[in-house]
Amino acid sequence: MAADMTQTPPAAPGAGTPIGKPGGSGPGTERSRRFGETGATLNVFGTGFMVIWGIMVLGPVLWVVLGAFKNTGELNGSAWSWPHHWSFDAFSRAWHTGISTYLKDTVIVLVFSVSLTMLFGAMAAYVLARFEFRGNRFIYYLFVSGVMLPVYLALVPLFFQVSKLHMLNTYQGLILVYVAFSMPFTVFFLHAFFRTLPSAVFEAALIDGASHTRAFFQVMLPMAKPGLISVGIFNILGQWNQYLLPVVLMQSQHGEAPHYMLSQGLVSLMVAQGYSGDFPALFAGMTIAMLPVMAVYLSFQRQVQAGLTAGTLK
Amino acid sequence: MRLRKKTRERLFIASFLAGPLAVYLVFVIWPYIETFGYSLTEWSGVAPPTKTVWFKNYVDLFHDSVFLKALGHNMIILIVFPTVTIVLAMFFAFMLNVGGRRGGLGGVKGIRGSAFFRIIFFFPQVLSVAIIVILFQAAYESNSVGLFNAIVIKLGLTDANHPWEFLNSPTFVLWCIMFILVWQWVGFYLVLFSAAMQQIPRDYYEAALLDGAGRTQTYFKVTMPLLWDSVQTAWVYLAVAAMDAFALVATLTPGSSFGGGPDEHGEVLATYLMRNFQVLGKAGYACAMGVVIFFITLILSLVVLRATRRERLEY
Repeated sequence: MAADMTQTPPAAPGAGTPIGKPGGSGPGTERSRRFGETGATLNVFGTGFMVIWGIMVLGPVLWVVLGAFKNTGELNGSAWSWPHHWSFDAFSRAWHTGISTYLKDTVIVLVFSVSLTMLFGAMAAYVLARFEFRGNRFIYYLFVSGVMLPVYLALVPLFFQVSKLHMLNTYQGLILVYVAFSMPFTVFFLHAFFRTLPSAVFEAALIDGASHTRAFFQVMLPMAKPGLISVGIFNILGQWNQYLLPVVLMQSQHGEAPHYMLSQGLVSLMVAQGYSGDFPALFAGMTIAMLPVMAVYLSFQRQVQAGLTAGTLK
Repeated sequence: MRLRKKTRERLFIASFLAGPLAVYLVFVIWPYIETFGYSLTEWSGVAPPTKTVWFKNYVDLFHDSVFLKALGHNMIILIVFPTVTIVLAMFFAFMLNVGGRRGGLGGVKGIRGSAFFRIIFFFPQVLSVAIIVILFQAAYESNSVGLFNAIVIKLGLTDANHPWEFLNSPTFVLWCIMFILVWQWVGFYLVLFSAAMQQIPRDYYEAALLDGAGRTQTYFKVTMPLLWDSVQTAWVYLAVAAMDAFALVATLTPGSSFGGGPDEHGEVLATYLMRNFQVLGKAGYACAMGVVIFFITLILSLVVLRATRRERLEY
């Protein structure tokens, strides 16, 4: 959407074509050329630098994915070695050392936490965006101020809070905490979105005798679908990648098995690999954890970028 | 009739707000408020605190050499990391949006492959911090197996028998952490600045061009001033991130619990806070630290917003 604004469709992309308006003459063309020339050095330097940065981003990631296919000997040899046999052994080892359980636990938590986040977020944002009542501004700012607070500041009391509710190392505890910490951004984003929706359809529904609740679920929510998708993807990524909260909240309490989330499980796997030395399995585990995220990112990359940056644009 | 309608509306509002507000108050707002309360107590973190010591924790903080060291490190990160990130992100955003060689009218166009670069640069943002940690753990490995050592050896900067220490080096540990932070965030701000740049009307560039401005001049005289708002926002958010850095330092730097090594050279406030809470049994003290971090962040943000305030241009 945005990219289209700066691009001029009829321009000839080939190098060497004269710059400036076709048939343009005089000083305009002259200056345009100068603009192009000063750009040339900048361009070579800039593009080169961008390519280097691109390699810096992709390099470590590719190295890990390749590492999953190497055997321990190859991994401990040169970092430049290429895997000899493309086998999925490391993947099955990683799968059996815990990744499958972490994956299952993470999916269970996310199914509920993301749905509840979206429901609660949409409900609060809708009421705050479209109804006048005392305390509206206050509640809105209460929700939105959470965007600026770093999570780790609240960790100490949060741990005791969850402990008091006997929800440490439980799905429902983590789900509620995820929902709570996703509220600020979700409310902020959807609030702006609900404001832009026209009220005509909504009023028509009310005149037809629909209740407020019905009007919300059957009229307003469907209209807000693009916004819901953006913020939904954002929440899926954020909660899938969450590391700090599960580390504190999902620890074994009375000797029972801890329900590790994927990120947390990977780090514990890393610590364990320090002893057993099966790095290919660790890399395979990371690849497994990255795949869904990569798939979501690549298929929805516009919405992801728009969603993530929307939080910081005003 | 009219009253009933109003009551119905009130009931609806209340029923819709009850759930979200309850969850938010219980798990977010209350813990933050409690942090303030606990910071005034001597509290081991096991049973509920009993002894109120008022501001003793705060006084102690400023006589605590580790705390002061960590504070210093956070200040370095706070200056270097946002600056580098913003400069790089601005440069990339400029290249992607108006850095192109030629684009017909006025030459305002991004370089070739803009979309591709954007996708790649943004990628670290969608990775879990846990994955980033493991990735760089392996890359910073202080033997020839590590990716970065393989690179410096290949470049002939050192040989296989003397690999660089990276995270184990007192001098470089902080810079290694900052590199990861920049790596992680540049793509995000690139997208943010791009969005802002695309809102600048093209006529401005064309006008600058007609007046004979070169590319560098356009950048400094047109693009930069118009992006000022976004830079401000970016700085505030980056400052919050700079005061954090918890996961990276806690897992990557050497140290028995929550890293911070070698010998406190990598310590930051967040890790020292967690160590006081979970290992040293000084939860009240840790809360006081949290409050201090909160106010530092708040004050810095306000200072930045005030100091950099300029007239706003609407277009």
